[in-house]
Amino acid sequence: MSEHLIELKDLTMVFEDGYTALDGINLSLNRNEFLTLLGPSGCGKTTTLRLVGGFAAPTSGDVLYMGKSIVHLPPYKRNINTVFQRYALFPHMNVAQNIAFGPDLRRQDKRETARQVADMLALVGLRGFEKRAVASLSGGQQQRVAIARALINKPAVLLLDEPLGALDLKLRKEMQVELKRIQVESGITFLYVTHDQEEALTMSDTVVVMRGGQVQQVGTPQDIYNEPVNAFVADFIGESNILAGTMIADRRAFFLGHPFECVDSGFGEDAPVDVVLRPEDVKLKSVDAPIPGAPRGVVISTLFKGVHYEMRVSVGADELLVHSTHAREPGTPVQITVAPSDIQIMRKSDMSPDAPARAEEAALPISDERM
Amino acid sequence: MTKFLRRTYMGLILFFLYVPVLLLVVFSFNASKSRGVWGGFTLQWYVDLFKDRAILAALRNTLVIGLLAAAISTLVGAVGAIGLYQLRRGWRQGLMGLVNLPMLNSEIVTGVSLMLLYTAMNLELGFLTLVLSHVAFCIPYVVLSVLPKLRQLDPHLPEAAQDLGATPTQAFFKVILPDIMPGIFSGFLLALTMSIDDFVISFFTTGMGVQNLSITVYTMAKRGISPKINALSTIIFVVVLGLLAAVNLPDLRRKNAKASRPPV
Ligand SMILES: Nc1ncnc2c1ncn2[C@@H]1O[C@H](COP(=O)(O)OP(=O)(O)OP(=O)(O)O)[C@@H](O)[C@H]1O
Ligand SMILES: [Mg+2]
Repeated sequence: MSEHLIELKDLTMVFEDGYTALDGINLSLNRNEFLTLLGPSGCGKTTTLRLVGGFAAPTSGDVLYMGKSIVHLPPYKRNINTVFQRYALFPHMNVAQNIAFGPDLRRQDKRETARQVADMLALVGLRGFEKRAVASLSGGQQQRVAIARALINKPAVLLLDEPLGALDLKLRKEMQVELKRIQVESGITFLYVTHDQEEALTMSDTVVVMRGGQVQQVGTPQDIYNEPVNAFVADFIGESNILAGTMIADRRAFFLGHPFECVDSGFGEDAPVDVVLRPEDVKLKSVDAPIPGAPRGVVISTLFKGVHYEMRVSVGADELLVHSTHAREPGTPVQITVAPSDIQIMRKSDMSPDAPARAEEAALPISDERM
Repeated sequence: MTKFLRRTYMGLILFFLYVPVLLLVVFSFNASKSRGVWGGFTLQWYVDLFKDRAILAALRNTLVIGLLAAAISTLVGAVGAIGLYQLRRGWRQGLMGLVNLPMLNSEIVTGVSLMLLYTAMNLELGFLTLVLSHVAFCIPYVVLSVLPKLRQLDPHLPEAAQDLGATPTQAFFKVILPDIMPGIFSGFLLALTMSIDDFVISFFTTGMGVQNLSITVYTMAKRGISPKINALSTIIFVVVLGLLAAVNLPDLRRKNAKASRPPV
């Protein structure tokens, strides 16, 4: 009767050493959904996947599959397959044998399996690779074999743990498109893990931002980007300016030493808030024609980023990150304007500006210790 | 100059390592019975060897004991290695030390202590005790060849197998075992080599006239050097060399293959 395919109920994971990796996770996954867990390193993404896959048991809480608890089922009895971060292909088997591993265990007819293997290879763009040794494949190709090996079992849910983490940027972009296509074509529900915010936003139907074993926000990529619920999400999802400010009244915020018109209300009078400004929403104007009520600043640095210029502008004690196609020399005095609808006001929380680990730091690639 | 010194030094080392063996091999084909005199080429001693009942019996003992000991120690050692691998790090390192110790231990100590053990257990020294001793000193070699293969294994492989529907037992036999098989095989060969090669421990733990080849060589040598000993030792040398080559060849080949492949 439940319309959700997978539901996580108050999932908590405390490891033997007393470390709480998951702290009451509640999530639901619908049929055909592409849901991404996004968060900095160590926030519990892998742990969540392992609980859904059945590789670990939660300390408390429940995992439901179509409304029924599967928390006590071993991995081999769950209709769920996983693409592991390092692919975990079986090195002594060739590509076809790897992909046929699941069907062979089920003693499926050999000819039928061979046909399905060929179909799968076509789906992942590796037609004719049946007899190749897995060690002879490139990272991207191994990745595709791992996906084919999981998909051939027609799982209800496919779990993917940073499947593109080991690939270079260009290949990663290609595989993002490819994965999305495979998901749409196969109609299989994807539970995807990444710490790359751009990847999460481009591929997902739903993004779940996690931090320290807790869910921060669940929403569509647009929701998450445009209306982050707190400074942590805003900071993690993209480069943004997060400024300390106050709500003077409804639809009137005070920051950068000036009052601004905005669209938010209901914070109460003189409530301390965090103000989020996306770099592309901050407009720089020449000081030749003074605009009443606009704060003034000075450009500190200008960097060409390919499509736009990235500028740092100092305004009083604050510093703003600004993206614009129009470059201004460092040292140029400017006036700053922001459209009311581009000002995002958030209640002050413990996740305020100096608290969160920077997204960029968290996203550093983890070096391979093995080998 | 330093190049010259380096070469001379290496030459000397190789000389001392290989000249004795070379002499042994040369003299096993010497027609003259006296050592130090070359009396022409002959295969006489090899022919004699295979007519000697005692030597043939010893050969059979060596082979039977070697194969039995290698088989048993491979089974025990491989299971042991898998057990060790699944232990926590601290425990594993401690236990590994205990497993390795007998290899560093003086053979004579191992031999004497095994003999004491058998006597204390009222086991009559003979074929059985010989096999048991060989199993005992071969196990560490098997553990040492299997454990690295387990370590090289991607720790996610068993999980991947279970994920695709394999029970833990199926995962072991279909995924883990085939992957560590080369290690198990080289452990077996190494155990066989060690068993064929052993003299000291065998000497202390055999009885009732059960002799293997090395003990036979020893008793023959006590009675006076016969050129047959040279022939027999040459054969043992060649067999052991061949086995060791078989153990190491796959590794060497893999290294070469890796070196010639462009970095990924
Ligand atoms: N077996 C374990 N015992 C103790 N702590 C663990 C164990 N496994 C994971 N942790 C801890 O739990 C936290 C969450 O780990 P998890 O692997 O889920 O993070 P993650 O979000 O996947 O991070 P990453 O992006 O680096 O993969 C980490 O702080 C980690 O150190
Ligand atoms: Mg992880």
